[in-house]
Amino acid sequence: MVSKKKSDAETKSSANDAELLHSMLLQRRFEERVAEAYALGKIGGFCHLYIGQEAVSTGTLSMLRADDYIITTYRDHGQALARGISSRSVMAELFGRQDGCSRGKGGSMHLFDQNTNFLGGHGIVGGHVPLATGVGFAIKYRGGDQVIVCFMGESVVNTGAFHEALNMAALWKLPCVFIIENNRYGMGTSLERASAIHDIYERGAAYNMARQQCDGQDIFAVRQAVGEAVERARKEQQPTLLEVRTYRFMGHSMSDAVSGTYRTKAELEEYMKRDPISLLRAKMEKDGTLNEEQLQKMDADIKAVVQDAWDFADASPELPLEALYEDVYVDTTT
Amino acid sequence: MPVVTYRDALGAAIREEMQRDDRVFLMGEEVGVYNGAYKVSKGFLQEFGEMRVVDTPITELGFAGVGVGAAMVGLRPVIEFMTWNFALLALDQVVNAAAKMLYMSGGQYKIPIVFRGPNGAALQLSAQHSQAWESWLAHIPGLKVVAPGTPYDAKGLLKSAIRDDNPVCFLEGEMLYNTKGDVPDEEYIIPLGKADLKREGDACSIITHGKMVLVAMQAADQLAKDGIAIDVVDLRTIRPMDVEAITTSVRKTNRAVVLEEGWEVCGVGAQVVDHIQRECFDSLDAPVIRVHQADVPMPYTKSLEKAAKPDLPKTIAAVRKVMYLD
Repeated sequence: MVSKKKSDAETKSSANDAELLHSMLLQRRFEERVAEAYALGKIGGFCHLYIGQEAVSTGTLSMLRADDYIITTYRDHGQALARGISSRSVMAELFGRQDGCSRGKGGSMHLFDQNTNFLGGHGIVGGHVPLATGVGFAIKYRGGDQVIVCFMGESVVNTGAFHEALNMAALWKLPCVFIIENNRYGMGTSLERASAIHDIYERGAAYNMARQQCDGQDIFAVRQAVGEAVERARKEQQPTLLEVRTYRFMGHSMSDAVSGTYRTKAELEEYMKRDPISLLRAKMEKDGTLNEEQLQKMDADIKAVVQDAWDFADASPELPLEALYEDVYVDTTT
Repeated sequence: MPVVTYRDALGAAIREEMQRDDRVFLMGEEVGVYNGAYKVSKGFLQEFGEMRVVDTPITELGFAGVGVGAAMVGLRPVIEFMTWNFALLALDQVVNAAAKMLYMSGGQYKIPIVFRGPNGAALQLSAQHSQAWESWLAHIPGLKVVAPGTPYDAKGLLKSAIRDDNPVCFLEGEMLYNTKGDVPDEEYIIPLGKADLKREGDACSIITHGKMVLVAMQAADQLAKDGIAIDVVDLRTIRPMDVEAITTSVRKTNRAVVLEEGWEVCGVGAQVVDHIQRECFDSLDAPVIRVHQADVPMPYTKSLEKAAKPDLPKTIAAVRKVMYLD
């Protein structure tokens, strides 16, 4: 069957380096302002920043079609922005306002957007992985050629839900791409203190599933690996387990010190030398596709976009009290 | 009217809905090749094929989540648990995913799914296989909870549950599957959230649901011989609960016994009594009495198991007590 939609190769060629840099820098500047808003009390609850991992979100989502599906964890701001949900509606959601992408009812951990097939940030570690297998099942059931990308942290691999979901995805040959964002720590517990094996993509062997490990700070490595996995899902209806090695530059959440207890400042500084944005910027400067002036302009434009998102969120009202009881049940039958 | 078993009534409901809507599929352990652990889905695999009648590994958390994920993107899964005891492994998907998706997505993602299977005790299955879970499930906003006691209700309510756009927990009974009752050939559905007055009387109300409906009816038969006419209110749906039906009955009879399979503490009966004391306070001629399982894990020992279960003698004794006859 010949698809009228853009092939993965075309998608890949259409994303240029400047677009990739823009997407990553937008997430970085957005998260910096989120930290500020949190400190000012404009954002509450649990809030998990994505800083340091931007090559994973942008690299992955730049390889998808508009009709593909994404599901993720509570560290979801970066992926939401990289998928194209407006910074206005993401910021308004974090502010708990009615113009937020989940009407302010979900908050930081539960960004949803039906327009972009963004199936949510989910708050129970491992709980969303079976949902991804279910979306893969539905795609196969309908005979479609979409794929579902499921992001998760490395701590997920020790849950039963991960095992159950990956087994069924492989058993039933479903178009799922499981992406482990291995940022080295599940809260404050290092991978080595939590998992009996440390090359965790090898967990895929237990399900006879295609598996790979890649550098998550190099956006081109991410795009290469994700491209292959997406192709495998779309063309062969086979799932992939991809371990992307990255690092979180901030604490686990806003209440967590950046370093000092479970990791040293020296370790943090070592990893920050491989900032994914700096790596792409250096490559573009070397290629002659980006000069200082262009970078400054891009940064200024992005800062203005984020300021606009802040202003928009701040001006958006909270839902009226009548909305308390809305969305508990749908008042329809089929 | 044809006489049909509870098992076949459930099977007919699923079959008719699968014929009506190709988004409906059945998934669970042994539903296909084995024809269903309790034979509810006998012949389904041949009729609908393996994409719509899906045998799963023994992996309750996993396949419950697969159902929720499929429902998020437009399918209408019927997820069979071999028993609700095993569904405890899947509760994260039922409670944290299915029940909350609509709310936390601000109304974007509805979850039209049915989780179904036998609930409550059978015979000598011991502690882990004999539990009634409706109070746990009914505690959760976002879920609907249904527990039919007759073949007629089982079919009509299951068809409604499958057509409902919300997650529905459908509690059947291992001891009910072979029971028989009138089920018409013509299509019918029974709306969720509507109780059924199974017997009319003016002396005392028995408010119950699920398997205990049969016990309540037997109690009503027996008490009728002594000239005591019982109102039997079958809730049928635990959430949303038809509280008007409770009010109407208790205001008429002025006395109530609340009968359920599960344990006493924080049980469904506690919720019913809470409603009665607020809405029927001035109508009551006696304190409400609850009949329920003894507050212990279910024993294997035959005589102890009998002592633990709510049954006909305990129900009759409770009615006589609220009527100050003993």
